[in-house]
Amino acid sequence: MTVQPTPASATPEGGHLLELRDLHVEFRTNEGVARVINGVSYHLDAGETLAVLGESGSGKSVTAQAIMGILDSPPAFIRSGQILYQGQDLLTRSEEQRRQVRGKEIAMIFQDALSALNPVFPVGWQIGETLRQRAGLSRADARSRAIELMDLVKIPGAAKRIGDYPHQFSGGMRQRVMIAMALALDPKVLIADEPTTALDVTVQAQIMDLLADLRRELNMAMILITHDLGVVAGVADRIAVMYAGRIVEHADVRSLYKAPAHPYTKGLLESIPRLDVRGQELSTIKGLPPNLMRIPSGCPFHPRCPYVQQVCVDEVPHDLVLGDGRTSACHFAQEVRDDSVAR
Amino acid sequence: MFRYILRRLLQMVLAFFGTTLIVYALTFAGQGDPIQALAGERPVTPAQRAYLTEKYHLDATGVGGFFYRYFDYVKNLLQGNLGESLTGRSIGEILEQAWPVTVQLALIALAVAIIFGVTAGVLAGIRRASIFDNSTLVLTLLVLGIPTIVLAPLAQYFLGVKWAIFPPTAGSDPTFYALLLPGIVLGSLSLATALRLTRASVAENLRADYVRTARSKGLVKRRIVVVHVLRNSLIPVVTFLGVELGNLMSGAIITEGVFNIPGVGFNLFRGIRTEDGPLVVGIVSVLVVVYLVSNLVVDVLYAVLDPRIRYE
Repeated sequence: MTVQPTPASATPEGGHLLELRDLHVEFRTNEGVARVINGVSYHLDAGETLAVLGESGSGKSVTAQAIMGILDSPPAFIRSGQILYQGQDLLTRSEEQRRQVRGKEIAMIFQDALSALNPVFPVGWQIGETLRQRAGLSRADARSRAIELMDLVKIPGAAKRIGDYPHQFSGGMRQRVMIAMALALDPKVLIADEPTTALDVTVQAQIMDLLADLRRELNMAMILITHDLGVVAGVADRIAVMYAGRIVEHADVRSLYKAPAHPYTKGLLESIPRLDVRGQELSTIKGLPPNLMRIPSGCPFHPRCPYVQQVCVDEVPHDLVLGDGRTSACHFAQEVRDDSVAR
Repeated sequence: MFRYILRRLLQMVLAFFGTTLIVYALTFAGQGDPIQALAGERPVTPAQRAYLTEKYHLDATGVGGFFYRYFDYVKNLLQGNLGESLTGRSIGEILEQAWPVTVQLALIALAVAIIFGVTAGVLAGIRRASIFDNSTLVLTLLVLGIPTIVLAPLAQYFLGVKWAIFPPTAGSDPTFYALLLPGIVLGSLSLATALRLTRASVAENLRADYVRTARSKGLVKRRIVVVHVLRNSLIPVVTFLGVELGNLMSGAIITEGVFNIPGVGFNLFRGIRTEDGPLVVGIVSVLVVVYLVSNLVVDVLYAVLDPRIRYE
């Protein structure tokens, strides 16, 4: 794995490494059509980390699987939009061309490493499989490279553990195996789908640190999908907050934490328990995320929003540009942000 | 693993004595006058009675006498002597002739179940809700719903007699060809179960998280199915087929009866019908061993196939 700065020519002039444009995905089920992704646009530049934040069912994982091209279809169908990788739309590519992108250009790690790894094959075999099948390495070369990769993700005694099965590892070590497998082909983009959700808090921090270090060392771009605001702060450059299949707020980490400009983000931040404020009841966002088969009219967050006005019920808010690359899909973005600053 | 096998072997000793004792008791303990039972309706002369009493140790009576005869039987059994049937033939010899036939029949049935059942199950699992999937569902339900006692004569009549594709009966010393139709009939039940089991297992594993991982590694679809999914899906199927082979080896009373195949089941049935106690007990004792061993093999195989299973 050679460390070298990504040449600017990797992306066309002025373009992004990865860019989603107005992506729409729906799930067609017997009960009806669920609109899971409703016009998601975001971009990722070489070497940066974008955090995609949202509750379960907000569509963050589906977006990632759409990028990877591993959505189960049926029930999932991409209705419209573009997924541009190095300026080329992946959605217009053949299945074979997309397969070539998977793992080699864009790799992904999943939430629960125990079920995400095949239970009946040794971990070394599973890491090596990618190398043998995709890079044409011999059995012996794949094996020694797998040990290197396991060393890279700091699995102690990698050479000895290469023949062990997934169930013989602890949760944290399993996630490291998962990461090693994703890094096998030197991807330019790593999508981490809630990589620490199934882990203990102390192990969570270790895995996040490891991911941040590896991203820097290997000069990858990373999409970090999470519902945990605490995980995001130290690692991400920018945050995209998702709600009901839309990006509701998009900002750099610092200004988003300082002054959220969408009531939903504000609610999320306020619902984090704080050590410096004692005796106060934890604030929560009232209500539940919407049923994706019946998304509320206007702004989908309006039934739960403390700032709700008639306009929120009637009109879908457009992305309001707030400067510094910030956007917020709220009719009252300015007020919300000013409120947040004043507080 | 070694300790596990050792412990299982010790358990098998207990199971063996338990089952033979029960079968022996069920066959002999309830008999009023075994000599008269042997002779049937004919009168028994005192000389004959004395001879038979001596031969079968019938002088000892009551519970003590029963256990005396049982241990005498076990002692012979451990020396490999299964005794004689009431017709005077050596039971060992009867089994020597019957086993190869039954084993052939069992292997044909198992091959049918594997070749058609597992293959169709894999295809149905991959193409869920397709025409192929639905038609196999209907067919297997039909086969599972028809008892062998109906299926065997039907197959014999149509395929053996009417259209004369196969010989209708096997007779003594049957050829492989003559055993083919009975083997298919016998295997159709295992086939149906194997198909349902494989289909469910494949369908479930195709939705597993590790398949999503394999796809995100950029593997070709064929490899994902053949290597990742099948390796996991076939664990329960192999287990089922192992147990099934144990069942098939113990003979098929109905199928062997209908097609007149001189196998183990055929002889067992004859023993029961003619109240030939020694023959029944002899055959069942051997079947118990076959069954116990095949179950042990399946358990060991299971641990070999699934690394998560470790016997301590």
